[in-house]
Amino acid sequence: MNWIYEPWPWYIAGPMIALIMFLLIMVDKSFGMSSNLRTMCTICGAGNKADFFKFDWKLQKWNLVVVLGAVIGGFIGSYFLSTNTTVAINPETILELKSLGFESAGTAYLPTELFDTKALLSIKNVLLLSIGGVLVGFGARYAGGCTSGHAISGLSNLQMPSLIAVIGFFIGGLTMIHFIFPLLF
Amino acid sequence: MRTLIYLCIGILFGITIFKSEAASWFRIYEMFKFESFHMYGIIGSALFIGIIIVQSIKRFKIKSFYGEKINFSPKAKSFSRYMFGGIIFGLGWALAGACPGPMFTLVGAGYISIFIVIIASLLGTFLYGLLKGKLPH
Repeated sequence: MNWIYEPWPWYIAGPMIALIMFLLIMVDKSFGMSSNLRTMCTICGAGNKADFFKFDWKLQKWNLVVVLGAVIGGFIGSYFLSTNTTVAINPETILELKSLGFESAGTAYLPTELFDTKALLSIKNVLLLSIGGVLVGFGARYAGGCTSGHAISGLSNLQMPSLIAVIGFFIGGLTMIHFIFPLLF
Repeated sequence: MRTLIYLCIGILFGITIFKSEAASWFRIYEMFKFESFHMYGIIGSALFIGIIIVQSIKRFKIKSFYGEKINFSPKAKSFSRYMFGGIIFGLGWALAGACPGPMFTLVGAGYISIFIVIIASLLGTFLYGLLKGKLPH
């Protein structure tokens, strides 16, 4: 059982994600995480400002419970099922990241330069994380789903709209990494 | 009882996402650099099995655990909303290194800074709700 403490390979993780989608389908629900962001906006009273948030959020309570589970799962995975959370990315990628100023590449789970609590003293870092978050929230709702809703659920159902969305995800991601990162870092 | 089932499914998801490093900013960067098969393997194998599952459920008219007919609602036809929304999402995914599932997993793993990403993504969702009528769909 030692493998469980090691980083899980793709051929364990991928089928597990398919299993999670299967279980949700079999309890009459569906796999999609970003709709929870809309539900949370509604709970915070966004319905007073835009009709988009006027819906009975209690119907989505089940999905909030899934999110709570994802938080607990992150806790268990990190504190009980890991001996070392360093992410062993490609050595070439590590060198590139170091040249961009990410010295923590290859020694951490998230870049400490961006996510360490000390890094929050930098206005630039807070802005980068905020802009990233706004784009994720805005884009996911505009596209009607995120990685789970489109790339897994939608494509599993052979939906053309999901294919368009996933192509969009990659156009955006590749643009950010290849063209915008050199300007930011 | 049902709540407990949803919670367990969520826990399974959180553990998988953390342990597979799909919640790691580094893995997302590496993916968009095409320098590792890891993320493509995860998404690709999930999708391969997912297609078999969904198509089997449809073909063999498999009922849910509660004996209900399973309906898959098709996504509304459009190009612009999926393409533009997708690009905006992709830009954020690469910058923050987290999508809406993993960002919650990272809370459990103890990364305080991820709250900034989550609050900002709520703001982004709210902005979409405000601007929805003015955007091409």
